[in-house]
Amino acid sequence: MPDLDPAATQPPTQKPPAGRYFRRFTREQRYMHAVLFTTFLGLAGTGLPIRFSESIWARGLAKAVGGFGAILFFHKLFAVVLTIAFLLHLKEVFQRGLLHREKGVFWGPNSMVGSPKDVKDLFAHLRWFVGLGPRPQFDRYAYWEKFDYWAVFWGMIVIGFSGYAMWFAPFFAHFLPGWALNAVLVIHSEEGLLAILFIFSIHFVNTHLRPDSFPMDMVVFTGVESEEEFKLKRPLEYQRLAREGKLESRLGEAAPTWLINFSRVVGTIAIVIGLTLLVLTLTAYFS
Amino acid sequence: MLPIAAAPRRAARFAARFARKVCMAAALLTLFALATGRLAAQTDCLACHGDAGMTDSGGHSISVDGKTFSSSIHGSLKCNDCHADIKEYPHPDKVAKVECKNCHADESSSLAGSVHADAKEHPCTSCHGDAHSIFPKADSRSKVYPLNVPATCGQCHSNQGMGQKHGLPSIYPQYIDSIHGFALSKEGLLVAANCQSCHGSHHILSHTDPQSPTYKTNIPKTCGSCHAKINDDYMAGAHGKAVAKGNLKAPVCSDCHTAHAILQPTESAFRMQSTPICGSCHKDKLSTYRDTFHSQLGSLGGYVETARCWDCHGAHEILPASDPRSPINQANLVATCGKCHAGANQRFVQYQPHANAHDRKLSPALFYVRLFMNLLLAGTLTFFVIHTILWLIRARYNQIKDKQKDGGKHA
Repeated sequence: MPDLDPAATQPPTQKPPAGRYFRRFTREQRYMHAVLFTTFLGLAGTGLPIRFSESIWARGLAKAVGGFGAILFFHKLFAVVLTIAFLLHLKEVFQRGLLHREKGVFWGPNSMVGSPKDVKDLFAHLRWFVGLGPRPQFDRYAYWEKFDYWAVFWGMIVIGFSGYAMWFAPFFAHFLPGWALNAVLVIHSEEGLLAILFIFSIHFVNTHLRPDSFPMDMVVFTGVESEEEFKLKRPLEYQRLAREGKLESRLGEAAPTWLINFSRVVGTIAIVIGLTLLVLTLTAYFS
Repeated sequence: MLPIAAAPRRAARFAARFARKVCMAAALLTLFALATGRLAAQTDCLACHGDAGMTDSGGHSISVDGKTFSSSIHGSLKCNDCHADIKEYPHPDKVAKVECKNCHADESSSLAGSVHADAKEHPCTSCHGDAHSIFPKADSRSKVYPLNVPATCGQCHSNQGMGQKHGLPSIYPQYIDSIHGFALSKEGLLVAANCQSCHGSHHILSHTDPQSPTYKTNIPKTCGSCHAKINDDYMAGAHGKAVAKGNLKAPVCSDCHTAHAILQPTESAFRMQSTPICGSCHKDKLSTYRDTFHSQLGSLGGYVETARCWDCHGAHEILPASDPRSPINQANLVATCGKCHAGANQRFVQYQPHANAHDRKLSPALFYVRLFMNLLLAGTLTFFVIHTILWLIRARYNQIKDKQKDGGKHA
């Protein structure tokens, strides 16, 4: 999600004794992530039993939530909530980028839109992995973070459209050819599987489980990160803000202990559910 | 004592003596009659056998309840009409076995050719019950009264006893939980099929015998004796025609409905089990059905609404799509799909319920959609898995290296 203009955010607060904290995500962005991962886990948990309906665990899971009728009901419910969240996001982008002509929504370091630097960063990063070059310096959104964003964006359009086409098949048949009704199931299930495998393995590791963030990156829950972390993970953004004298405007308060603990519990549950579904998916896929 | 007084005393003495003689004679006569006379009425035998506790030397009961016997189907007969070797009293300890066939010759010869021919194991009484309390089969006390037949056959054809001894399948529990069993035991429907409705009674043959009503090609006729309309439909359909031509691979009633555990077809259990039954022959159709929404949804327990084979193809009068009467004929598809999908139109019914995404010739569009999606999935994951594993190794390497330097958490 495009970042809010730093000027529009809260004034800086006093330095916490344990070091300075900087705001990365707004409250709305954190809520959006919470809605996204809750509905995503729900959709994966209710979609996988349908995709692998021959597996024993699929039948067990279906029985546990009250049979197939209940599973389909919850799948549709999560889908509707996610659709609303997606539309709200589109509305925000449209308002800020097109109506209010806010700068930096579609281009620049604060935008989610890809740039040539992302391609350069990717190759530089790969070279660094194998020891052929220095570690690239990232700005506010690194290339894999932008990929995550667009993967979800594309996924919601593709999975959403194919899902609604199945839900309201006779209606969609007014303007879709007959074979498309067959294709939407293939598209829905393959794209859904890709999203599940990607989020529960790549996104989990890239964002949360990699050594720099292990066991989870709290910034998406608390909205703030320490100065040290900020400098190391996003040096270009830090330097840019320092150069422009805007660093102070991004200062935030350290998250209260209850929020950190709450986030840890929620995050752990999400990761455990995700990894469980990943294992079940892989066993069903290869059996 | 006055002589006049002696007369009445003599008379009294004479009377007493006379009475004693008459008694003696009567007793002797009775004894004589019992000892040497021909046994004529049931009461003669019941004088002894009416005692409920009477047993033979082996301890088996040889008592007869006269009241029940006299109301039974044989109640008007004399004992030695059946126990023909007993003519007088006392009779020998060992008496001959009663031969039912002396009267019931037809039944006996039928039984002789049947699976129950081994008379030692299957004397008439196994099914008809105690010989002295046999009732007409229309009498609810009869062991072969329609509502009692399953329990009677079930004495052997159930888990216990003979079933195990002879390796016979346990039929009774299957039957009694079936739609026929329910109609009979719960509703008390006399017309509900019981064992002998399908198997016959005395001349029961193995289902491998072409004469048997349960031989494969005879089954439609056997079931059709009650389900006449369904039999007509079936015989007009593809399966019926194939069986009539002698194709023993084609299914008859029992292949889809089973023989004994027959379920109400609208029941969810039957809807869940029916598809694999069709698929046991139509393997390619089952595998393409498995890939569709109908199957994926329908396989999960508790949800039975999605289309099963016969929701579209019909159940008994199954006709090829080319037949204008077939529910899957092009002209009928809107109506057939519309049973579930309100608002189905001509374009909607172009949906392929048996599309094969792996068959380029049959479903080219679907084939390429699947190919694209598979490549997208495999490509994305392959790239990122390699990317992320390399990253993990490098990040951990740096972390350990830096830790030695300054002990910091972040690389």
